[in-house]
Amino acid sequence: MENSKSEIKIPTMAEMAAEGKEPEILFWVGCAGSFDERARKITRDICKILQHVGISYAVLGTEENCTGDPAKRAGNEFLFQMQAMMNIQVLDGYNIKKIVTGCPHCFNTIKNEYPGLGGDYEVIHHTQLIQQLINDGKLKAEGGESFKGKRITYHDPCYLGRGNDVYEAPRAALEILDTELVEMKRCKSNGLCCGAGGAQMFKEPEPGKKDINIERIADVIEAKAQVVAAACPFCMTMLTDGVKNQDKEQEIKVLDIAEITVRANGL
Amino acid sequence: MIAQLIFIIILAVAVYFFGKNVSKIRRNILLGKDTDRNDQPALRWKVMAKIALGQTKMVKRPVAAVMHFFIYIGFIIINLEVLEIMIDGIFGSHRIFSQPLGGLYGFLIGAFEILAVLVLTACIVFLCRRNVVHLKRFTGTEMTQWPKSDANYILITEILLMTAFLTMNAADYKLQLQHFGHYITAGSFPVSSLLAPLLPGSASALVITERVCWWFHIVGILCFLNYLPYSKHFHILLAFPNTYYSNLNPKGKFTNMTSVTNEVKAMLDPSFVPENTGEPGRFGAKDVTDLSWKNLMEAYTCTECGRCTSVCPANITGKLLSPRKIMMDTRDRITEIGNNIDKHGKDHQDDKSLLDNYITREELWACTSCNACVEACPVNINPLEIITEMRRYIVMEESQAPASLNNMFGNVENNGAPWKYSQADRFNWAEEQ
Ligand code: SF4
Ligand code: SF4
Repeated sequence: MENSKSEIKIPTMAEMAAEGKEPEILFWVGCAGSFDERARKITRDICKILQHVGISYAVLGTEENCTGDPAKRAGNEFLFQMQAMMNIQVLDGYNIKKIVTGCPHCFNTIKNEYPGLGGDYEVIHHTQLIQQLINDGKLKAEGGESFKGKRITYHDPCYLGRGNDVYEAPRAALEILDTELVEMKRCKSNGLCCGAGGAQMFKEPEPGKKDINIERIADVIEAKAQVVAAACPFCMTMLTDGVKNQDKEQEIKVLDIAEITVRANGL
Repeated sequence: MIAQLIFIIILAVAVYFFGKNVSKIRRNILLGKDTDRNDQPALRWKVMAKIALGQTKMVKRPVAAVMHFFIYIGFIIINLEVLEIMIDGIFGSHRIFSQPLGGLYGFLIGAFEILAVLVLTACIVFLCRRNVVHLKRFTGTEMTQWPKSDANYILITEILLMTAFLTMNAADYKLQLQHFGHYITAGSFPVSSLLAPLLPGSASALVITERVCWWFHIVGILCFLNYLPYSKHFHILLAFPNTYYSNLNPKGKFTNMTSVTNEVKAMLDPSFVPENTGEPGRFGAKDVTDLSWKNLMEAYTCTECGRCTSVCPANITGKLLSPRKIMMDTRDRITEIGNNIDKHGKDHQDDKSLLDNYITREELWACTSCNACVEACPVNINPLEIITEMRRYIVMEESQAPASLNNMFGNVENNGAPWKYSQADRFNWAEEQ
């Protein structure tokens, strides 16, 4: 696969449908993945992985809409269900069966809350896809940047970990790198929130002693990690801000599991 | 004969009042909205066996787990002893199980004594953790006054009961050695035999000690029984049904409100005719009666251990929110409503509600819905569900969400994203390098 970066071509469902084709899997990008500057890079990396392993996939592009997750967590069930039902119409219109998401919040909502409104799909998070590809021998962590000897820690996103019991998939993606995987004192089911969930991303935190991401970065620093791996665009923002706040940008890098995979495989 | 009569009266009164208070709690719980938690009975039994019987969620904090396990096992097993005391009390017998059980009886009494010592130790350790070490988990704004003394009363009572039990055995043991009266040789006394030298030698003084301790022990237990419905200690009973009716869905899954589904369907498709779902009701929860019976059962089950609060990211970083307080407020409010019903009849309204009178908006908006509290609770309580229901009320009934959230709602509605970007730009990322 000799794809230079400029060559990645992202297929949309509309184009596919026009050609009379149905992809195997829909990549649900999500709002952060579409609009947030940092998250957009991760979105492209997920596409690179899909393209590299030759899975037939497509995205909705401008036809995608917010899943309604932030509205639901904030208590606006009306808005959530409006979004959900419109999205289900689009998804069913394209006869979609399998979805991979780049965000644990989209993952949770489509997987758990859409079925009750008539939307039944097989939903996986991108870290689960990466784990499968590793298990199938399609991703090897070869030919790219070496993470050898680096101390890497993984921050569990609440909606992937506690919310849906996905703890091993993202770790599997790190375990094949020849690194030192260290756990923070609060990890897995005991992990600490980044502070963005439950619609907190869209408001100022209530008054307190400090912000939640600062508390979390202390765990990263304590683990002496050089890389903190994220698997959620909201965690990405919070962790990056936390690292900046503590003036640790030189020592600690925040990278999504997809980015790490892309780098390790030289995609 | 007189003693038997007095015993039967005390027992009857105790059981009557206990039954009455329990049925009040049951009634209060049933003031909540209906929710279906009867599916998958096999799995539910399993969850209960694991979490309530097996105490599997306690192990995360090993010291507390071991100490709690002593008290828990002690409580269950010592009930056998209590059964004997009841029978003896009613029929005026003495150590009625000693004949039929023979050698096993000796072993059992010995085991009870060792358990009693373990329970004593655990209670003393717990008292120290609360009052000397001042563990952070047991402090907090909601842990003043009653909740604070409640825990201490329970521990002290348990210490007194265990001491009475051991002293009673010690006196009995000494009387057995003297072959006095009906004090047949029965039981084995690995612990109380060590206490025996501290007791007087005369048979009459020993009989008095044995009887006083016997009465103190059993009357104490009956009082304790009646204390339960007023106390966090009620968890020893409710932990079982509460875990049986656990939420079996993934924690990230929130309920889809059916009443909203009908309205949304009608909006999207004017020809849609909703099934009749009964009274329209309120969206979300303003007061406890808007919550489900399961939420209310959880409120009565909460043992105020604070494991939820100690892992809550909002609480850790100094925000007002404490999931334990959410549960305690819910319990206090439903109890208040229950008392109003008892005093003023079924339709009495006070001008209070859970929202604002008990729980402030600041607390509710601090939650990140991270589910840490739900994960941490040793009896599967879900404070997050109550928080979400109350947010729903604020947003959908009152339209009082914080301004920044209203902006987000507007963006989602108009642009299909929580930020103010145009839908047309949604695919721009594909063009980047
Ligand atoms: S879900 Fe809310 S209340 Fe529970 S621990 Fe997380 S922030 Fe605290
Ligand atoms: S809700 Fe659960 S964890 Fe929290 S104080 Fe009550 S019993 Fe403890």
